[in-house]
Amino acid sequence: MLHLASLGVVLYAFWILLSGYFEPFLLSAGAGSALAVVLLAWRMKIVDREGHPIQMIASVVLYWPWLIKEIAKSAWDVSKIIIDPNLPISPVLVRFKPTQRSQVGLATHANSITLTPGTITVEATQDEFLVHGLTRAAGAGVIDSEMDRRVSKVEGYR
Amino acid sequence: MSMLVDVLSWVCIVAGGIFCVIGAIGLVRMPDFYTRMHAASITDTIGAGLLLFGMMLQAGFTLIAVKLVMIGLLLLFANPTATHALAKAARARGLQPLLASGDDSSKP
Repeated sequence: MLHLASLGVVLYAFWILLSGYFEPFLLSAGAGSALAVVLLAWRMKIVDREGHPIQMIASVVLYWPWLIKEIAKSAWDVSKIIIDPNLPISPVLVRFKPTQRSQVGLATHANSITLTPGTITVEATQDEFLVHGLTRAAGAGVIDSEMDRRVSKVEGYR
Repeated sequence: MSMLVDVLSWVCIVAGGIFCVIGAIGLVRMPDFYTRMHAASITDTIGAGLLLFGMMLQAGFTLIAVKLVMIGLLLLFANPTATHALAKAARARGLQPLLASGDDSSKP
């Protein structure tokens, strides 16, 4: 119930911000659309802890600035590699076991790894991540990383 | 004050453009499919991010800035998903990545 209400509010806010018109007709049309989508999502049974993870909102807002800082740092490193005349790359594949328990947590961790330049998640399962790193250091950096710990915290099980 | 914001926004837009060009150069210089994707992610993340931030500074506190934030969030979620799908599909079809010698830990 809480998830449905929250989804409705988020969808209606999305409508208002995208339209930017505040006439009664358009406001009620937006409410109707938001309600219709909530009904469809409810019938499809996709509004739960996984489909609409409101338990993560507070902690993920704290996680994003850290992630953006990490992206900027590794983007700088990869840029230096690209413009280096010797192209000092040493591609590696690494395997490790992530500590997240939920599907949302695993997806967040895998996406964070891919979003950081220099590392790409090739396979993501509960037991094992397969990560392609542009350099040996980048590949080694994803095993038992600070990112892993932070995403587990965001996930909210501990 | 508006002068300062203007300068800052142009610094961001020009820097974003430079990172996009660096990503494109990397795309050409890298030796194989997987390493090329790393170069492309420079353009996706910091290039697009700096361009969007520069445009947000130009827009100020308006609905346009809100829409730019939404585009940024969309990139933040859609880019890694697409990149992961591409890498996984390539590996599933048997495309072996070029690896630095003596470093194949891909076999369990």
